[in-house]
Amino acid sequence: MDSKRPLLLQSPRTTNDQEFPTIPVFPELPKSKSSSSNTVTFSGVEYGQQVDHKTSSNSSTSSSKSAMSIHSMSSSKRNNSLNHSGSKKPVTVRYGSKGGGDSDGLTMSQRELRDEDARLVYINDPEKTNESFEFFGNSIRTAKYSILTFIPRNLFEQFRRVAYVYFLIIAILNQLPQLAVFGRYVSILPLAFVLFVTGVKDAFEDWRRHNSDKVENNRLASVLINDGSFVEKKWKDIRVGEIVKIKTNETIPCDIVLLSTSDPTGVAYVQTINLDGESNLKTRYAKQETGSKVQPRYTGLIKCEKPNRNIYGFMANMEIDGKKLSLGSTNIVLRGCELKNTSWALGVAVYCGRDTKAMLNSSGAPTKRSRLETRMNYEIIMLSSFLVALCTITSVCAAVWLKRHKDELNLLPYYRKLDFSKPKVDDYKYYGWGLEIFFTFLMSVIVYQVMIPIALYISIELVRVGQAYFMIEDHRLYDEATDSKFQCRALNINEDLGQIKYVFSDKTGTLTENKMEFQCASIWGVDYSSTKANIDGEQGEYSVQVDGKVLKPKMKVKVNPELLKLARSAVENEEGKRIYDFFLALATCNTIVPLVVDTPDSDVKLLDYQGESPDEQALAYAAAAYGFMLIERTSGHIVIDIHGKRLKFNVLGLHEFDSDRKRMSVILGYPDSSVKLFVKGADTTMFNVIDKSYNMDLIKSTETHLHSYSSLGLRTLVIGMKELNTSEFEEWHAAYEAASTAVFGRAALLKKISNNVESNVCILGASAIEDKLQQGVPEAIESLRAAGIKVWVLTGDKQETAISIGFSSKLLTRNMTQVIINSNNRVSCRKNLKDALERSRKLMSTFGVGNNDGAVANQIALIIDGGSLVHILDSEHEEELFQLASLCSVVLCCRVAPLQKAGIVSLVKNRTSDMTLAIGDGANDVSMIQMADVGVGISGQEGRQAVMSSDFAMGQFRFLVPLLLIHGHWNYQRLGYMILYNFYRNAVLVLVLFWYVLYTAFTLTTAINEWSSTLYSIIYSALPTIIVGILDKDLGRSTLLKFPQLYSAGQRDEAYNKKLFLLTMADTLWQSMVIFWPPLFAYWKSTIDVASIGDLWTIATVILVNLHLAMDVVRWYWVTHAVIWGSIVATFISVMIIDAIPQLPGYWAFFHVSSSGLFWALLLGIVIAALLPRLVVKFIYEYYFPSDIQISREAEKIKQYQRVAENGQIEMLPISDQQQHR
Amino acid sequence: MMDMSPVGGKEGQSPPNSKKTSKKPKYSRFSQQELPAWKPILTPGWVISTFTVIGIIFIPVGLASLFSSEKVEEAVFRYDDTCLPSSDADNAVAYIKSATTNKTCTHKWTVEHKMQAPIFIYYQLDNYYQNHRRYVKSRSDKQLWNKASESDTSNCSPEDKTKGNAPIVPCGLIAWSLFNDTYKFSMNNKDLTVNKKNIAWSSDRGSKFGPNVYPKNFQSGELIGGGKLDESIPLSEQEDLIVWMRTAALPTFRKLYGKIETDLEANNEIEIVIQNNYNTYEFGGKKNLVLSTTTWIGGKNPFLGMAYLVVGGLSLFCAIGFILLYVIKPRPLGDPSYLSWNRNPGILK
Repeated sequence: MDSKRPLLLQSPRTTNDQEFPTIPVFPELPKSKSSSSNTVTFSGVEYGQQVDHKTSSNSSTSSSKSAMSIHSMSSSKRNNSLNHSGSKKPVTVRYGSKGGGDSDGLTMSQRELRDEDARLVYINDPEKTNESFEFFGNSIRTAKYSILTFIPRNLFEQFRRVAYVYFLIIAILNQLPQLAVFGRYVSILPLAFVLFVTGVKDAFEDWRRHNSDKVENNRLASVLINDGSFVEKKWKDIRVGEIVKIKTNETIPCDIVLLSTSDPTGVAYVQTINLDGESNLKTRYAKQETGSKVQPRYTGLIKCEKPNRNIYGFMANMEIDGKKLSLGSTNIVLRGCELKNTSWALGVAVYCGRDTKAMLNSSGAPTKRSRLETRMNYEIIMLSSFLVALCTITSVCAAVWLKRHKDELNLLPYYRKLDFSKPKVDDYKYYGWGLEIFFTFLMSVIVYQVMIPIALYISIELVRVGQAYFMIEDHRLYDEATDSKFQCRALNINEDLGQIKYVFSDKTGTLTENKMEFQCASIWGVDYSSTKANIDGEQGEYSVQVDGKVLKPKMKVKVNPELLKLARSAVENEEGKRIYDFFLALATCNTIVPLVVDTPDSDVKLLDYQGESPDEQALAYAAAAYGFMLIERTSGHIVIDIHGKRLKFNVLGLHEFDSDRKRMSVILGYPDSSVKLFVKGADTTMFNVIDKSYNMDLIKSTETHLHSYSSLGLRTLVIGMKELNTSEFEEWHAAYEAASTAVFGRAALLKKISNNVESNVCILGASAIEDKLQQGVPEAIESLRAAGIKVWVLTGDKQETAISIGFSSKLLTRNMTQVIINSNNRVSCRKNLKDALERSRKLMSTFGVGNNDGAVANQIALIIDGGSLVHILDSEHEEELFQLASLCSVVLCCRVAPLQKAGIVSLVKNRTSDMTLAIGDGANDVSMIQMADVGVGISGQEGRQAVMSSDFAMGQFRFLVPLLLIHGHWNYQRLGYMILYNFYRNAVLVLVLFWYVLYTAFTLTTAINEWSSTLYSIIYSALPTIIVGILDKDLGRSTLLKFPQLYSAGQRDEAYNKKLFLLTMADTLWQSMVIFWPPLFAYWKSTIDVASIGDLWTIATVILVNLHLAMDVVRWYWVTHAVIWGSIVATFISVMIIDAIPQLPGYWAFFHVSSSGLFWALLLGIVIAALLPRLVVKFIYEYYFPSDIQISREAEKIKQYQRVAENGQIEMLPISDQQQHR
Repeated sequence: MMDMSPVGGKEGQSPPNSKKTSKKPKYSRFSQQELPAWKPILTPGWVISTFTVIGIIFIPVGLASLFSSEKVEEAVFRYDDTCLPSSDADNAVAYIKSATTNKTCTHKWTVEHKMQAPIFIYYQLDNYYQNHRRYVKSRSDKQLWNKASESDTSNCSPEDKTKGNAPIVPCGLIAWSLFNDTYKFSMNNKDLTVNKKNIAWSSDRGSKFGPNVYPKNFQSGELIGGGKLDESIPLSEQEDLIVWMRTAALPTFRKLYGKIETDLEANNEIEIVIQNNYNTYEFGGKKNLVLSTTTWIGGKNPFLGMAYLVVGGLSLFCAIGFILLYVIKPRPLGDPSYLSWNRNPGILK
């Protein structure tokens, strides 16, 4: 979810966000909670309305012209900043399919809707609403087809594949009487078969969609009718403008703007799990003006933007009772969400049916094309030109032949150009020399059509499905903690996983668990580290009694006993007071919603802190553990249980987090009517607002603590407090009221106000939260690096934190030379970069010359921060950065913004041909994930936006090792071989056909009968390649993990490259000649007939291609045996069946020819002679020029023998042992 | 995806209903890709023995087939030129087309080696494309078998119907161009019987050429292509036609004419009377008469034996070469020191 990251208050991750305003910033935050709802609790309705009157009059005076100018201003500002960040990198500005950024907090409130862009919704007046524009009703259709449209639309969809069109053209050509090479129906058969199978599959899927649509459309919802009562209505009948009532746990039928809820302040909680997969509750607000109406009689006009797919933004305003209110994304509840913890909510339907954001978002993931396939297309082009060459040769030869026999053609017994059966002597089927040649060309295209392996495309798809199945089902890719399987979201880039050269990783949530644990606190200059305390960790469990029931926080926190004791003691001294304030700040200064959850024990209830930021949750749980338990939060007040004493604080104002200020603050009204401001935020910005005059020592010691925390890899936050006196408060309050009801520039105004009030803050202390490394991360990184993959970590964290995580994850080692670029302005940045480049070059060269053993000491780690990247990525220094980075074995970028992450990925992607992979878990990784060749999403704590934009999704970073090293390797090897084999398989047949054409006066007679050549790619040889492509493994799992270096075979394109292609084609040529010529010589001057020799060629070809495959199979499963030998048997059976049909000219040919010894002698001779060169080359290559894969395969086999001999020794060395093999 | 329907998005994401059951994949050896497997590798021993075995099998087979081929007695007489009277040498086409010229031609032949019965009599045509696509398609298999479909002549044009629109049986260019040279053999003025029964495949006679289909309107057009057929004999017994209709695969082919079922001793004097009717002069095709005995590999053809010897020889050669290589420069299998990153550690980044 977009909102999450920026809410991590302490987090400096979102540094420089102001540069990239298109990143959605905390839309979830109750920003437009505005005003009115807050005022109610504090100063009453009248005041709020007064302000609203003022604002509405303001807005009415502001002409539409000014509104437009503001709009254009804001958009031009956006463009500028986009250019700033993304200039010269055309692709950098890509967003999730959700178009995440369209209405961030800034622009949303500043922009005004233009009439022509708006949709007008008259509340509770669907007739008027739908009068001029017929909006879509609420019935949905996910089904693609109806019974009538199925055939044309489905065919249209299917023929969007170019291969099918080629197929079709060939079939159509064959229908022309002049060109009918094959029987009419035979030539349509393969295409018809494929179309039929796909059609049936589509129809079945669509039928299921129809059914689910029906269920969905017939669900019931309560709709307000004219007499003020509610009636049940089917979902599909709901119209825009109608008022819908939703009860708790009900699903929202369409996108509605909230009017009122059971909560007097207009709050509603919704769960968006169906929409974006996030299970935590989100708050939505009804406007006070509508919520306060007792009788649900609404008249008003909502002017909202046209339907769009941005689920995180909504822009509208509402005119009610003559007032104009601005609506934002917190006022709309989307279809598919569920209402929770709110007994009812009323809302007006604004988008229905297919206009709803949920439906607009139901399109598929972006499609990518794998590198192997891209390369394959090049070879396909080569094959096509080869095909054209064959056709040209055929037609030229035919032309020459016709020319030379020109005079004989008339009466030639086997040609008979003249037709004497007609009264007038005519030409019989002779269209003149030129046309005959043209027809010959077209006919040869038909005959040689299989040169382009159409079956290959279908086979590749099937193999990828099989590979995806194995990846999804792999136990090693299953995450117990989140109960999540591996997800294959993009089906067509499986094999890219085997060729990755660069991995770009996010840190938080990817390398680390993103399960925050409160570790240390520095309060009033004193360090209380829970780690220093007893390690067994006294798990602080604090509970309170409520109505005889025990209320406990859901999560236990390790506590420092000393601090706990101090916190429990009364507020006697200064120190105790500070501790009190500190924990009060932790408990209140957040956006956590406490939920009471039942446990099996009816006397015990758990308090679950729902929040969008894990850091805030950790802080709230920590506060609870120290006795400051957040019990209840509404928009107006907070109830805190402090050591058994319940205190109610009024929330007078809340300045939400933004990436500029990097802090948030809350203004609390104490029960004793004093007013205090609590602030928490990142140290960089907090020290700017701290009252320096107060206590320098305190600030100093806090800074020291902060530094030591962050070098431990902890995430730090600084907490501050300020007491507001009456005049200060009044001043702030007036400004705050005015700002939060302002129609234009609300966010900017609020920001200004918060900046004003957050000044001269008294420092309370600092907190440190540990984000634990995920299990297995150091080992995974080590494996990846041993596999020749460069791991770059891009994080928003501080440099110290990043470096310390780098060490703990073994990304950095002590003997690496660190090159740090950390500068704030362009000039120094350029200088730094140049120096670093020179230094690294020198380092590399001295060590390189010195001794080879120095390779390890030679490693350089580049650490660069976001501030420097701003200057570098933008300018001509990109190239230098790239050169520097390519010298380094580790690159660590800290404090980078999301778009910079994408910028770094594209820096590498555009300059090398190497494959890149980006892995991340949060919304801030989306742009990077989409930019990289392969995007991997971690389905962790941060919602699902990364997952939804990824190609593959999994639960843990360490799964990257099995994914790349095992599955990626297998996928690549399998598919690479399969493509080569398919080229070979089809080319052999085509060449055999071609050689025969040379002996038929170039007339394209085929000895192999039409049924056999059609069945060739369906029955005779299709299945083995698919099965082998899915199942064969060149190396076992354990070997691949033990020697990560084996992965580099994919990086070097070892399984599929031009050399291999040409070698294969040379082999193809030889094999086709061996198939063709021996029978020709053996049967020269004999009585052999077309069908018999055709059968011999058919069977020889099929046995040969299957044995060829068998020679390359590494692992023989029973399926492999079944399918390879089965195909040969099936061929024999098919040939027999075809030859048992008396209507075909070749009747009984097989039985006749196979009764002679010559047939079998030829068959044996062909197979052996054709495969001999291959065997020789394969053996010499494998034995004397062994690839790493070959050696490991032998080792695998030999070790297996040894193991058997030694009676079951431990088979594997753990991964860490690879050091010795380095 | 945001797909609201229970079917879920296109990408097969699991529907968002809250199933509490674990999604952990069920374990099976198949899904974990751990099925037991046989993993052969090309070891030197395996390869050398393969080549040796191939050599050991191929050389004897090659020798055997060469020997058989040598045993075949074959006599070939080219007669298209010898049977052309020298007066008509420049005018061969007119000679052969004329209905009045005498086309009988006699050939004397002394048997060189003993030929054991049965002796097969073939005619051999050169440069005759029976596999030309216009030609092979010009037939109607339905018509040949079934009397009822005698008008099924769609593929047969221009020899499909007479000018009176009566269907021709058998139709098409193949039948039309039926070979019609005849041969008579006599030894010491005594005729040698030529058995013309069972020269066609029994399958063709039994299931392809109908026993109740009789030739009709055959060779009645303006242009006569070749032999005529006796309209009183059903197609199933017109064996010359059946043989001819099995179109030859290659442009030089033989077709069985008949069998002599007595042995011919060496130095027997045979007189062959050839009726030279078939027109190949027009396109320069050669006509041969072939007398041949047969063995398991068919007629006289040393190719197969030679090919087997070559392949077997090469295999043995490879086997020896590999043995030498193995002795001189062996490589221990699966030795990790040969791994690229072990051979030159400095290269490792």
